[in-house]
Amino acid sequence: AQAELALAEQAGADQALEPNTWEEVTSYCNFYEFGTGKGDPSEYAGRMTTDPWSVAIDGMVDKPGEYSFEQILGEMTLEERIYRFRCVEAWSMVVPWQGFELADLLTLAGVQEGAKYVAFETLYRPSEMPGTAYKVLDWPYREGLRLDEAMHPLTIMATGVFGQPLPNQNGAPLRLVVPWKYGFKSIKSVVRITLTDQEPPTSWNMANPREYGFYSNVNPDVSHPRWSQASERRIGGGLFARRQPTLMFNGYEAEVAALYEGMDLSEYF
Amino acid sequence: MAFANQLIRRLPVWAVYLLGALPAPWLFYLGLTGGLGVEPIKALEHEYGKLALQLLILTLAISPLRRLLGLNLLKFRRAAGLLCFFYVLCHLLVWLVLDVQIVSQILTDIAKRPYITIGMGAFVLMLPLALTSSNLAVRKLGRAWSRLHRLTYAAAVLGAAHYVMLSKGFQIEPLIYLGLVLFLLALRLAGSRWLRQAAGVGV
Repeated sequence: AQAELALAEQAGADQALEPNTWEEVTSYCNFYEFGTGKGDPSEYAGRMTTDPWSVAIDGMVDKPGEYSFEQILGEMTLEERIYRFRCVEAWSMVVPWQGFELADLLTLAGVQEGAKYVAFETLYRPSEMPGTAYKVLDWPYREGLRLDEAMHPLTIMATGVFGQPLPNQNGAPLRLVVPWKYGFKSIKSVVRITLTDQEPPTSWNMANPREYGFYSNVNPDVSHPRWSQASERRIGGGLFARRQPTLMFNGYEAEVAALYEGMDLSEYF
Repeated sequence: MAFANQLIRRLPVWAVYLLGALPAPWLFYLGLTGGLGVEPIKALEHEYGKLALQLLILTLAISPLRRLLGLNLLKFRRAAGLLCFFYVLCHLLVWLVLDVQIVSQILTDIAKRPYITIGMGAFVLMLPLALTSSNLAVRKLGRAWSRLHRLTYAAAVLGAAHYVMLSKGFQIEPLIYLGLVLFLLALRLAGSRWLRQAAGVGV
């Protein structure tokens, strides 16, 4: 894990990664289950019960079942990862996460031969999630990765930020973080992980396949139909913040480009 | 209603201009001082845009309010229209100067992104309306003035569609704005006669 932490730091060597503030990271969120406004999650997510919490791991695994959050924490080693976070809406942050590699959790459950994809699901509990009163998306929120993406050492399940447990609005108690993909791939408050041999349906892709592909890798050369992805605005610069160029794979090209060798990234966007 | 109309008669138009324009510098100040959250550029852009839409809806509502409810806000209609244009201008300036910043990207956005093309279209339609808002223009243009100012309807539809199209997912708020605009236009289309009868006013 130490080597991989160095790897993660190297990825940001071209520009020192200075994390955003606690206030920025925890007050400006997209978590549509609590409303579509950026401030809605921090205002309403407090009512989400995160204890007890368990994650169902099922599908093509040797040890399917309900894994309690405590049980998972007991098996995993937490480490810090400071990652760029690039939203599909063309804003970005730098977040100091704490978490463990998703690969370790998948290995714990025992990935079976033939599994090719990992599907994830967010908690869907209307009584605690006012945003789900409207069908902004087809709840529950779903995401997915190819197995090799899921097993990549940069892919983590985060349980904290800034050394604190994840606040609810950031996806407590545990969420996915895939730093080279647009933020919506990093699904929050995960309750189910399913190993499968089929590409799983994912929420934004279902809502608008023209705009949100299954891969959704950060790519300055492939624009969103409604806006350019060539540049981004780092949160925290105030009213006169300048835009900065968006990096290929969000700056993790050296680590992940090989996963997509031979693929036309404008087709598999 | 007579009482309300009396109050309205006493309220000077300049006060409406002043009150209506105040949110612009106030929101800018909030953006500077953290009052609009950690991403003040988008927040300011949206606030100005929403105020413009609200004023547009108010402008469209003034004639049906008088016809159907007898509430006479006619003397404020020009103020509402001009304030709307003022907020559209603020919205556009924030987008150009603070948000997109890059000239080549601005041009690409206008040409390639339908919701921006539509928003710019609404702005262009509003230009002649703002320019012909003086008493002199009303006098000089005569009947043509009324015809020209029906462009408001098109601008309203484009403005509301712009909001619907820029939203991610199936969001309710922009649809409410579009619904109100379409409702107010439908009131005009349906013809005033049966509506007047239905409301029992001025038969």
